[in-house]
Amino acid sequence: MSIVSHLSASGDVMKIGIQGRFDFGSHQDFRESYDNNDLNVKEYHVDMAKTTYLDSSALGMLLLLRDHAGSDAVIKIINCNEDVYKIFEISNFDQMFQISTAK
Amino acid sequence: MSETQQLKILITEDNIADCLIINKIIKDQGYKTVIANNGLEAIDLYVKEKPDIILMDALMPQMDGFEAAKRIKQLVGEDFVPIIFLTSLNDDVSLVSCLEAGGDDFLSKPYNSIVIAAKIQAFKRMVILHRTVQTQRDEITHRNEYLLQEQKIAKRVFDNVAHLGCLNAPNIKHLLSPMSVFNGDVLLASRKPSGGMIVFLGDFTGHGLPAAIGAMPVAEIFYGMVAKGFGIEEILQEINQKLKNILPVGFFCCACIVDINYSWERIKLWNGGLLDVLLKKNDGSVESFRSLHLPLGILPFEEFNSECIEGDMKVGERVYLFSDGIVDLKDHQGNEFSLNGFFNFLSDNQNPEDIFSHVIDQDKLSAEKNESNIDDVTFVEISMISEDVISSKHELIKNSELHGARDWSMSFEMFNQTIRDFNPIPLMLQVTMEVPELRAFNNDVCMILSELITNGIDHGLLGLDSSLKTSANGFQEYYDQRTKRLSNLTGESLHISLRHKPDKFGGVLVIRVVDTGSGFDLKKIDFDIPKVSQMSGRGIPLLMTLCESIVYEGNGNAAEAVYRWKHAGDDTK
Repeated sequence: MSIVSHLSASGDVMKIGIQGRFDFGSHQDFRESYDNNDLNVKEYHVDMAKTTYLDSSALGMLLLLRDHAGSDAVIKIINCNEDVYKIFEISNFDQMFQISTAK
Repeated sequence: MSETQQLKILITEDNIADCLIINKIIKDQGYKTVIANNGLEAIDLYVKEKPDIILMDALMPQMDGFEAAKRIKQLVGEDFVPIIFLTSLNDDVSLVSCLEAGGDDFLSKPYNSIVIAAKIQAFKRMVILHRTVQTQRDEITHRNEYLLQEQKIAKRVFDNVAHLGCLNAPNIKHLLSPMSVFNGDVLLASRKPSGGMIVFLGDFTGHGLPAAIGAMPVAEIFYGMVAKGFGIEEILQEINQKLKNILPVGFFCCACIVDINYSWERIKLWNGGLLDVLLKKNDGSVESFRSLHLPLGILPFEEFNSECIEGDMKVGERVYLFSDGIVDLKDHQGNEFSLNGFFNFLSDNQNPEDIFSHVIDQDKLSAEKNESNIDDVTFVEISMISEDVISSKHELIKNSELHGARDWSMSFEMFNQTIRDFNPIPLMLQVTMEVPELRAFNNDVCMILSELITNGIDHGLLGLDSSLKTSANGFQEYYDQRTKRLSNLTGESLHISLRHKPDKFGGVLVIRVVDTGSGFDLKKIDFDIPKVSQMSGRGIPLLMTLCESIVYEGNGNAAEAVYRWKHAGDDTK
């Protein structure tokens, strides 16, 4: 599991890539990925292209990100594989986040 | 022993000159020494003095260093006491014998004080490290045992709260996962005062204490509200609100709540974040109810949606609920207990009695094979049974409870907004329960109240046509119209009055419901028990069997039910 975040040159889009299992063990890393430089971030892109697994704590972490980002920011969850997307579907998280699958 | 503590070193050497030299070198470096002249003495001194490091000559009279090293290493157990061989031998065979005897290192003669200092320093660090690790390991073990013990006690409290109710009812079978002391799953079941039952299955984020703590208020709200006659929408609103308030962001509860109505043979459910709820029909088909909502504890009150799905569920049909909607979904794929697999198994199965035991067998099998198969899933089967099978036993009321209100009347009038948003039944029941003996007849009273009030609102005020409810689609149509007309309600009211009077054998409760609607044709009310296949019109005839009389007056705007109850022990009713 590794989490890499990257701020766009304009400073308003933050991309967070999650590799491998996204579960309780990722808590600290995920938090750190967005915690420090958030001054002007208006959009968060959580890239799940390399995410193989998601559990309910991971869903909880996304809620924490949403809480941190505030109601004005947009959070997109992108490049989900089928299994990961299914989990978002069952939990109906698509009602709170913009979620898309890998093309 | 810490960095600064004085190290004690056992020197075993038969040659007195050598012994004096090495003793001096070591003492000069500030260590304490103990001296043995042969292997036997070394063992003896090891036991008495507990040295930290041992220097051992290989060749000695009485017992040589190899034998002594072996025996000492046996005595040492899991501690680490390094043995350094002092030897003038330098052929490979002798050195190997040193190692085989348990030696950790060698010092060759003649002695060099710098080499000795370096070796002792290095082993000192290793001894300290070893002891630190050992102490920490012991501490962790101890702490873990303590925690487990605490959890076991807490679990007993938790089980008493979370897995109570009517889970042992004949129409419920369940399998609770033993994964951790607290698995984060909550299973609650309770009989409704109006007959039927409500079952709640919840799966909290994570496991252990946080999950268990969340379960407490859920159980309390659930049992409290079901007993008071609240509907599942109201119970969900309340639980969601409570969890939203108490759980930190990121914690929530995937849940499903099922309302089983025996007299209507209907099921009503809400699923937020759990796997599909499956309903095995008598005709062999399987219906699934998908999760349509976010889990509980995420959305604020204004955004929370407690809308339920309804369906038919005939006697003998079974509904299946699973926890673990999200956790490990992927890990379960491909193995025998995927949801798809179970769906197919249900579809193929011709003998519904076997379904539950099959799952139990699979669980045992996977437990034996030590697979992480379904043993972290809570699994429940609820079957629809005919109402008379579960006729509630009237509890005997103790004499000490025979205070309370027996001759009284009350009336309650609801206007547009209240009619729309408020369920008056819990409030009414609260009042009728002030008659202690009447509590045993709670079910009957609740049913009469809800039928009369529903009729008053649906037919009296909203002018809905029950004949719509002849098909499953019609039911939907009926509820859609109901919601629409309720929101357009203006200038109407519903008046409910209750009057209770004791008599020689028990008492009489008169329930009167009057609406301001335009009324309906009294002749249209069917007072006969409808055929089993008929979906609606069961209300009034059912009441006829409970009440002494039911009278509709005027244009049908006023309905009055007279309910006579008798003290327990009287067989005549």
